Amino acid sequence: MRVWKYGDDINTDMLFPGKYTYTCSTPEEIKPHLLEDLDAEFAENVQAGDVIFAGKNFGCGSSREQPALGLKSVGVQAIVAQSFSRIFFRASVNQGLLLIENAEAVKNYKPGDDVKIHPADGIITVGGREYSFPKLPPEMLGIIESGGLLAYTRNKLKHRK
Amino acid sequence: MGMTFAEKVLAKKSGNTHVVPGQIVTVQPDHLLTHDNTAAIIGKIGKELDEYGVVRDDLSVIVLDHVIPAASEKNAAGHKKIRAFVGKHHLKNFFDVGEGICHQIVYEKGFARPGMIILGSDSHTCSYGAVGCFSSGIDRTEAASLMLCGETWLKVPSTIKITLTGKLRYPAMAKDLILTIIGTLGADGANYKAVEFHGNVQALTMDERFTMANMGVEMGAKVTAFPVDSTTMEFFKARGVEVSPDDTVWADDDAVYEKEITFDMSAIEPVTAAPHTVDNLLPIKDAEGIAVNQCLIGTCTNGRLSDIETAAAVLKGKKVSPDTRLLILPASRSILREAMAKGYIDTLLEAGALLLPPGCGPCLGAHQGALAPEETCVSTANRNFKGRMGCKEAKIFLASPATVAASAVHGKITDPRKEVS
Repeated sequence: MRVWKYGDDINTDMLFPGKYTYTCSTPEEIKPHLLEDLDAEFAENVQAGDVIFAGKNFGCGSSREQPALGLKSVGVQAIVAQSFSRIFFRASVNQGLLLIENAEAVKNYKPGDDVKIHPADGIITVGGREYSFPKLPPEMLGIIESGGLLAYTRNKLKHRK
Repeated sequence: MGMTFAEKVLAKKSGNTHVVPGQIVTVQPDHLLTHDNTAAIIGKIGKELDEYGVVRDDLSVIVLDHVIPAASEKNAAGHKKIRAFVGKHHLKNFFDVGEGICHQIVYEKGFARPGMIILGSDSHTCSYGAVGCFSSGIDRTEAASLMLCGETWLKVPSTIKITLTGKLRYPAMAKDLILTIIGTLGADGANYKAVEFHGNVQALTMDERFTMANMGVEMGAKVTAFPVDSTTMEFFKARGVEVSPDDTVWADDDAVYEKEITFDMSAIEPVTAAPHTVDNLLPIKDAEGIAVNQCLIGTCTNGRLSDIETAAAVLKGKKVSPDTRLLILPASRSILREAMAKGYIDTLLEAGALLLPPGCGPCLGAHQGALAPEETCVSTANRNFKGRMGCKEAKIFLASPATVAASAVHGKITDPRKEVS
């Protein structure tokens, strides 16, 4: 598992350039352009289970969902940041991508630190130190447990019928 | 205890008498905005649409604006798919290429009204706070879910109260005011929060309020809202849209705010947001003289009639510098027609400007004016992120229409006070 570390205000154009927004929508189309203008190494080397650490306001900018969809589909385990931008947070819940807001964990992380995440307990261990993160409210947890918003909505429609 | 604008709208729409920040409510939005991304949205739910259909034929407002006319076979196929979807489900609110930018269409056609909730799969959906509408951006997956079931959850936001005093002194414009506010609060200064504008709002035109509400998301805001006053009611009357004063929602006097801050509009000076964040605020004098290869006036932020009028007034009888190029991007067909009737477009073309079709144009870097490496653009749009206009080695400065027009005359960033008497 590799940790990818970035700074503050990582916006959606850095995560997925706007010029591809209307030509790339599937995970296969999105992958080669993930983080293209931020870190040219990422798309080629990211592997399932990797974690991203970042500063404040991660995912600010556009409502395009390719960043959340793309990072989920390449298997990013979680993003740990000081804070997340609102639309990106919502998009990630809807894709079932785990976001962990913990400024201390980000601040204390040093390259080479071992990182372990226990989503069910709301615990992340970084370099042997434990940090907790709050569980999502039931509305959002229900979406994640269903495997994303569309699965959740399908289920709801079935029961309505 | 009183409630804020956001609390009142969410309480009313969720059937509660009172809500508090942090509470999660279920609402049925009045409208759902989608644009070229409708193709990708319906691609997620093909089977469900066949089985259940759309929840309401008047929920969606669909506007083709982001890459228009289609720049490639792939874009064209997306547009074609959307037209077929609209026809099959007999959707009532569809606007094909050339009508204008989605936010301008939702606003000028009267879809956004006081007290409504509109969600849209575009971050600048927050624009309709200009008319007292609760509006916010969502992702494509959520838009797909809304098309099918018509409801979603929203967390009640806490609110920042911004009180405006004084009056703008031209050529300082609403763009300078909102850039100053974002520069002061920071790019995440209103993240997850609602922003209410109070005070001497009456001194701002509808065009100015729209520019400000549009940029709320650049400080992270979920919602930006202006009170409904006689200016708003005249705006609706002129468009034949009936609005009942009973639908109007505004904060109680004893509402509780997370933060209160005052800005004196009389003290606002021309500014720019320097690369590569919108809160990288500079007084215009600190950027003066920077050579610009491209000047862009328009977009959903500053493509309204008064913006084009400002550009024409600055450029009348002058020429665009041979060292730069000036692109004009009206926000809608109706604005373009008015600007033509008033002679503004002719003035701008005579000065050497290039007119683009009403749409998103080069703002998101997909076509019609992408930048080359090492190029610099001064733009009235809302984002200056690295790579935003198609090239990560290019620079974007954000400024008002007066500043961009003055900069076009000289081929470098110019204080508009030097070109305006």
